[in-house]
This record gives sequence, C-alpha cells and structure tokens, in this order.
Amino acid sequence: MGMTIAEKIIARAAGKETVKAGDIHTVTLDLLMSNDGTSHLTVDKYNALKNPRIADVNKLVWIVDHNLPCDSVKTAASHKKMRDFAIEKGIRFYEGEGVCHQVMLEKHVLPGQLIFGADSHTCAYGALGAFGTGVGNTDYLYAMVTGTSWVLVPETIRINLTGNLPKGVYARDLILTIIGKISANGANYKAMEFGGEGLKNIDMAGRISICNLCVEAGAKTALMAVDDVARAFLKDNNRDGDIVESDVFDADSDATYAQVIDIDLSTVKPIVAKPHFVDNVCDAKDVAGIKIDEAFLGSCNNGRIEDLRVGAAIIKGKKVAPNVRFLVVPASRTVYEQALSEGLLATFMEAGAIVMNPNCSVCWGACQGVIGEGETLISTGTRNFKGRAGHRESFVYLASAATVTASAIKGEIATEDMV
Amino acid sequence: MGQTIVEKIISHNVGRKVKPGDIVTVKADYVMLDDIMMPFIVSKFNEMGFSKVWDPTKVVIICDHMVPASQTDDIRAYHISCDFASKQGITNLHTSDGICHQLMTEAGYVKPGHVVFGTDSHTTTYGSVGAFSTGIGYTEMAAILGTGEVWMRVPSTIKININGTLAPNVMSKDVILKIIGDLTAAGATYKSLEFCGDTIDSMSQSSRTTMANMAIEAGAKCAVFTPDTKTALYCDIELDDFQSSLVGDEDAVYETVLNYKAEDFVPVMAVPSNVDHIVPISELKGIKVNQVFLGSCTNGRLEDLMEAAAILNGKHVAPYVKLIVTPASRKIYMEAMENGTINVLSKAGAIITHPSCGLCCGRTGGILTDDEVVVATNNRNFLGRMGTSKVKIYLASPKSAAATALAGVITEA
Amino acid sequence: MTSFEGRVWLMGDDIDTDIIMPTEYLVYKTIDEMKPYAFSPLRPELAGKIADGDIIVAGNNFGCGSSREQAPEVVKALGIKCVIAKSFARIFFRNAINNGLLLIENADLYDAMVKANAEGKTIKVTVNENIEFDGKTYPIVSLPDNLVEIINAGGLVKAMRKRNGID
Repeated sequence: MGMTIAEKIIARAAGKETVKAGDIHTVTLDLLMSNDGTSHLTVDKYNALKNPRIADVNKLVWIVDHNLPCDSVKTAASHKKMRDFAIEKGIRFYEGEGVCHQVMLEKHVLPGQLIFGADSHTCAYGALGAFGTGVGNTDYLYAMVTGTSWVLVPETIRINLTGNLPKGVYARDLILTIIGKISANGANYKAMEFGGEGLKNIDMAGRISICNLCVEAGAKTALMAVDDVARAFLKDNNRDGDIVESDVFDADSDATYAQVIDIDLSTVKPIVAKPHFVDNVCDAKDVAGIKIDEAFLGSCNNGRIEDLRVGAAIIKGKKVAPNVRFLVVPASRTVYEQALSEGLLATFMEAGAIVMNPNCSVCWGACQGVIGEGETLISTGTRNFKGRAGHRESFVYLASAATVTASAIKGEIATEDMV
Repeated sequence: MGQTIVEKIISHNVGRKVKPGDIVTVKADYVMLDDIMMPFIVSKFNEMGFSKVWDPTKVVIICDHMVPASQTDDIRAYHISCDFASKQGITNLHTSDGICHQLMTEAGYVKPGHVVFGTDSHTTTYGSVGAFSTGIGYTEMAAILGTGEVWMRVPSTIKININGTLAPNVMSKDVILKIIGDLTAAGATYKSLEFCGDTIDSMSQSSRTTMANMAIEAGAKCAVFTPDTKTALYCDIELDDFQSSLVGDEDAVYETVLNYKAEDFVPVMAVPSNVDHIVPISELKGIKVNQVFLGSCTNGRLEDLMEAAAILNGKHVAPYVKLIVTPASRKIYMEAMENGTINVLSKAGAIITHPSCGLCCGRTGGILTDDEVVVATNNRNFLGRMGTSKVKIYLASPKSAAATALAGVITEA
Repeated sequence: MTSFEGRVWLMGDDIDTDIIMPTEYLVYKTIDEMKPYAFSPLRPELAGKIADGDIIVAGNNFGCGSSREQAPEVVKALGIKCVIAKSFARIFFRNAINNGLLLIENADLYDAMVKANAEGKTIKVTVNENIEFDGKTYPIVSLPDNLVEIINAGGLVKAMRKRNGID
C-alpha cells in the first residue's frame, strides 16, 4: 500500500517502514521552533519541572518577531525571559531577522523533516517538503525535554492543480478559494497535499503562501513534493548541500486519500476573505469600493520578495490615498535587503507607504500597525478574526499583495486592474 | 545699543526694539502641532469658543509619536489630526513622513528669522536655522490657533563661544551634552542660548540642529545660530537683509558669555537618569549594554546614520545586542537607502524602523525592562522614559552609540 | 489675602514631566484616567495617597522636560492646592498658570522641610505673602501682572471664552 508525503515523513520520524492514517506513533522531532508569542510561558513551565533538561539543544530555534521592536514593558519582560533562557541554554536565537516561519524556511527547514512550532502557521514548511505543525507550549515543552512526541498520522486531502493562474491572480487567491471551498474546518486533523502539473507554475513564495494558510482550513499540515523550484530556493539560501536525498519524498501513486480536489488554475479569480472568517470568501470585485483605513503588505503569508515586487510594480509612480496608512513589512532581513537593492523599498517610500522592520506587524494585532475602533484593514496577513488586527470593533479583509496594493492606492477595496 | 539674535528676531516680529524682560505679544509665523497633543488642542480650541484657525497656511500638523500605532487607542489621535486638518483647510498635514522637528525645517516651513511655537518641548530645534522657536502647552496652542499671537517675555541671552577643531571622535552631541552638564538642567531656564565661534561656523547644519534641539535640556527657552550659506542652502533660500543681520552685535548685552576650546571636548555620555549628569566615556568603558538606539529629532539625520555606518561597515553588532535605527524622516530614510547607508546598517544587524519618534518617546520602538541598559542618541534619559524605572539610559553621540553596539559594552569611537 | 493650610508631599530636584505623567499613559482620553499613574516611575504609590488640598514641596527645576500639559493638569486633578519649589521649568510654569494651578517659588522652604524630615506635616500658605512652617515664615514673591490677569480670569480657556463673547 502506498503512502502520502505526510505518512512517509512520519514513518521516517517514527523509525517505521510504513505508517497509515489513524495510527498513533512516537516520533523524534527534527526541529522545534518557538517565538515570542509564547516562549516566556514555555520557560516558566520548564522551570517548574523537576530536574528539567533539554534533549537536544541543537534542534531548538527561538525567534523574536511578534513584538519587535518591543512596544511595552510587559513584552520587554517576556523578551528578556526568553533571551536570557536562550543564552543560558545555548539555544539558537534570532531577534530582528524576520518573521519566524520565513527565517525557518531560509535558514533551517529541510525536506523530510518533522518540525513542531509553537505557532499555528508552522504548516508553511510543507513548501520545502517538510511536515511542520503548530503545537501549544505544553506539547512544545514535552518535545523540548524528551526530543520526542506522539502524533496521530493524519488523513490526507490531495489537491491536484492543473493549468496556470491568469494574469493578476496569485497563489494567495488560490488558497483563499480552496479554504472557501472546503471551509474553515474542512481539513481538521488532516494533511493537505498539493501536486499536479499546475504546481510547477507556482513560485516558491506562492507555495509558502499556500501551505502557510492551510491551518485556516483546520489542517494539521500542508505538503508539497520537492522539485526544482524548491531546490532553487535552498540553493539561493546556500543550503542545497544540506539536502538529504533519502528524505526527499513524493507521494506514491497508490497512496490513500480522504478526498481529492482538482483545480484548474485558469479558473481562479482575485478573491477577498471578508470579516470575520478566512473562509468567508467572495470575488474581490464584489466588495470593490469598500472604504479602507489601512492596507498591509507583509507577514509570513505574503511578505516575500515576490510579493513586494508585485506591490511595487503596481504602486510605482502612484501615491497611497490620502489618510490611508499603507504598511509594507518585508518578512525577513534577507527579503528587506533584497527589496532594498532592487529599489522596491524606495518605490514604496516614494508612494507614501510606511516601510517597517521585518516583524509580524498588524497580522498579529498587538504590534505596531494596529487598527482602531471602527476601522477597516485590507491585509495580506493570515487571519481576519474579529479583533485580530487591533480594536475588537474593526474589520479585516484578506487579499493578495496585488489587491492590497491596489486598494491602498484607491483608498477602497480594488483589484490590480482598477488602478 | 546692540542686540542679541533673539532680541533682533522678536524686535522684527513686533515692529519695535525690545530688550530682555519686556513682555510682548508676538505673531506666530508657524505653529507645529503633534499627534499626541492633538486631542487636547482641539478640545481646548473648541472650549475656548473658536471655530476657525487664524491662518490655516501657518498651521502644521504632524503625526510622529504614534506612527505606526502600537495600541488601538493611538488611532484616535491620528483621526482627530486628519479630521481637524480637513475641517480647517490645513494642508500642511504629515501622517507618516517623520519627526515633527525634522520636518518643520526639512519640508520648507521654518525660515531664518521666524517666530514659531510647537506643542513639544524640543521645538527649540529650529534655532539651528536662525528662528526663534519654543515649546508650549496645548491650552496656549489652542489660544494661538484662534488668535495667531501669544505673549512672551523677551529672554536674556547666554552666549556660547566655541573655537578650534573638534577631535574626530567628538560630535556636536558631545559638545551640547558637556554644555548642558556645565549649565545644569535648569541653568538656562527662561533664557536664550546663542552659539557662535569658528567651531560652530564649520559645523554642518545637521550638527547645529542637534545642539539647538537639546537646549531645552538646560531649561532654555530657545537656542539660536546665525544663519549662513549652509543654512540658506538647507532652507533653499537666499538670505535677505533681515536674515543676514541675525548676528549677535558686538555691543549686545549678554547675561553670561561662556568660552570653550573645541580641543577640550571629549566623547561623553549623559548617565542615568539626568541629562546634565555628564561623564567622559573613558570613565564608563566596559558597562554592558542590551540595546543601542540611533534615531530621534536629536540624532536621526543622514549625517548621524552615515557616521554610524562608517563605524559599523563590514562588521556586526555584538551578540544579543539590539541596534535599533529610526531615521528622523522619510526623506532621510530614502537618502540613506540611496547612498548605501541603510544597506551597511542592515548588514551590521540593525533593526531599521519607519521614521517616527520611536523609542525616544517611550511608546514603542524598543521598550526595555528592569536592569537593562540602553545607549541612545536621543535627548532624554529620564527615569522610566524607555520602559520601567529600572532601565538605565545613557545618552550619546551616533559615533559612540555605533562603537558601543559593536563592542556590546560602552565604548569610545 | 487668601490663605490655606495643607499636608505636604516632599519631592526632589528635577522632577521631570516623564515622572509626573509618563508617556505610556498620555493616550488616555481624560486626565482622570491618567491620574493614578502620576509620579509612578518615582513613587508608584503616591497618586493614591494624595488628597484634596495637599501641597507638593520640591527642589530645583520642577516640571522640566516635555511640554505635555497633562503634567500640571494631572497635578491639579489630584487635588494638589499648590506646588512650592525652589524653581520651575519654563514650559511647566506657563502650562500651570494657564490651567490655574498655583505655583510658588521659594528658595529655603524645601531644604528646611527635608532637614526636618517633614513629609506629611502641614504648612500654611498666604498667597502673595508668605508660607508658615514650624513657627517660621518664608516670604513669597508676587507674580507679574500679566500672569495675575490669566489667573484672575480663571485660566487661559476662560480668558479666551471671554474674548470670544461666550462667558
């Protein structure tokens, strides 16, 4: 019986020949990522243990990204606790390098790995053929102390892509379309596996964006087979030599799937997810004209160089609408420096945008960029839950980098072809 | 009888010769209103029964303290600013272009000889272009908005004469810190500081701005420099007869004259928690730091970023030390991108934020916690200014800040 | 001449505006919301203890720093009847007068009270004349006329309302 990519990775991590959906296995984790959203809580719980130890400190990566630079005495204290612990234990620690998932993909994630992240969007790592999944800090602590955890082998939903996205339509529109189709809990406990000829036409940024957002359909993880596009990304980050070829998995042709969804990419249109759920999607044109106060281009979902290129090409020579705040936040220092050298940051600044240091910004809603009472945000971030971006009485629309940039120029929701 | 620079500016404004101690009513050439004070200014303005500002072209509203907002309530000040501007027909509105004191001269508002009031104590900054400018509260600003004028007492002047050449590791920040230490935090209260001498003449416009900005830390009402060709170039004007006359007369009466030799200045820091507590860096070497802040209306200009970049070029900040760089304006940030400074700073590990007040006003931009140490290029190290009251703030020049960021301990450039 | 008595809180030199009203709380809509945080970097408990009619006696340069008028407003809102200091910073002085908060400069009272460890003791103030503490009197210099005018009008807001024909 064949296996899905998720099954193969778990089999490897469990030291088994084969596993199947529904099995529970004890697995050895390859990497454990934690950020400043919860690390201080993990430290407290760790210190409350009797004779605690870290199984393998080399597997831990701790990243400050949610509140950076620090904007309150409370977060300053959390950061200090996290930083002091990392220094004491010798944990790899990043502060100022970017959003955790982007930093992980650039510097650490490799095909075939099983990775726990104390953050729900850890599923982004599937773009490099790794099984990343979000856990709470208690699960995280257990894995940190023992080096292992248990996992229920998930069923897999297979999404076969064919064709090519039309001009002005992006991977972001595709994943919002899929989430709208299967609903916010349509993939609960399951893995979402993407494949098909159409996937070849989607760039790395698009693939990360797709995998990253799968948790919004409830998925445990998202996976894609490693191909030349993924290898090129690792090469660009000087890590192609780290690939373990025996850990590069593709699904078997006779693998078992819970569901198979076929999507012709040429049918996808610009999509907007309306307040207050990610699966509350509609054609972007249907909400065109809704007045916005702020637009956000950034996050682990859409803050990569490709996204910034899309935005910069649209806004070049134009201006942000009066009294609209357009936040542009590169996802990492690498992205920031690339955008700087390509002149994209200058283009955004010239247009009147606010270029922030790489961090989670308004996507997290407790960092610089929050919105106020009654305000409307159009965002490339991951979530549009009520209150997610700031005041509990505010409205968040999710859209592609192109739609967000076009909206910033118009001061109201608009697609790329409308500016 | 001769006059000091400030006496000439006020005399010109009121149309008669004034002397220190006179109580006069001056007309404002510009007023500067910043976001954090806007809710209060507007409410007092309405309470006073005004409906229209006296001259919308002379009013500049700048959002800088809370940009981008880090708390949802901060947005209120932003909307009040935008709404007031729109209702009053004020087009001089900046919502994300940088720090108010940088923009007031950079964006072409304040010129030599102007009389300017702002709702922020560091309004003294515009003295660097030969203007009289000072900070006031929101109630007084509301009254000026309605009437265009305000009473003031003509200040006496302390003349500060500096001659010679500064050492390469000494910046104008070190000079003004030393002077504040000598004057003490209240030493210039109600007075005008007038800077002159060949050291001042050879200083850049940017370096002079640092000094004017910090005059308030000695309690000064204002600080003025004689406008020269550098000033004219910066302000994009040719100096007229009045502007060219803004030199302290030989026979002007000064309350005190302080003479300094440039060669006597050394790199210094203001140590916690008073701006007038000045110590040479040679006596502070080795103190471990957690964070370095390069920015603010005091030292966030292109020259400051470039001086720091020259020290950081090809190197990296010390492990676990954060270097936060906040350019003072959009224009400066873009120029620093263009000339490669930002790339050098980023490669060195700096966290570069959007131009705003940032950490200097203590609402965002790198807040610290108990027992942490920060070396900062801004203007105040008051207790609790950047986090808890157990945070230790050292004020320094951009060069000293950069050298410290590299070493991870307080270091002289 | 008006006179009043009040309990004294002693504060040091250079009590800056960030101590009187930290930036963190400036965003609150009203002075009342800010009140509990007055003086918090230095003495977090103080705002809760100050009662109506109390007096602050301080050293040099009280109110130095920012132009934030919330500083004198919050001092007034706490019920402080007047602040007596060796000297005041310029902007704070104007702001206090504009809000009708009485400020009195006196060079000697502070040192005498510190020496006697007299926080919590009561003093008597006779406006424009003197202060009485521990059997001694300390003279007060009277304010310039233009300031007296603003205070007599009840602050700058009231003066402007009068000018605009509202009151």
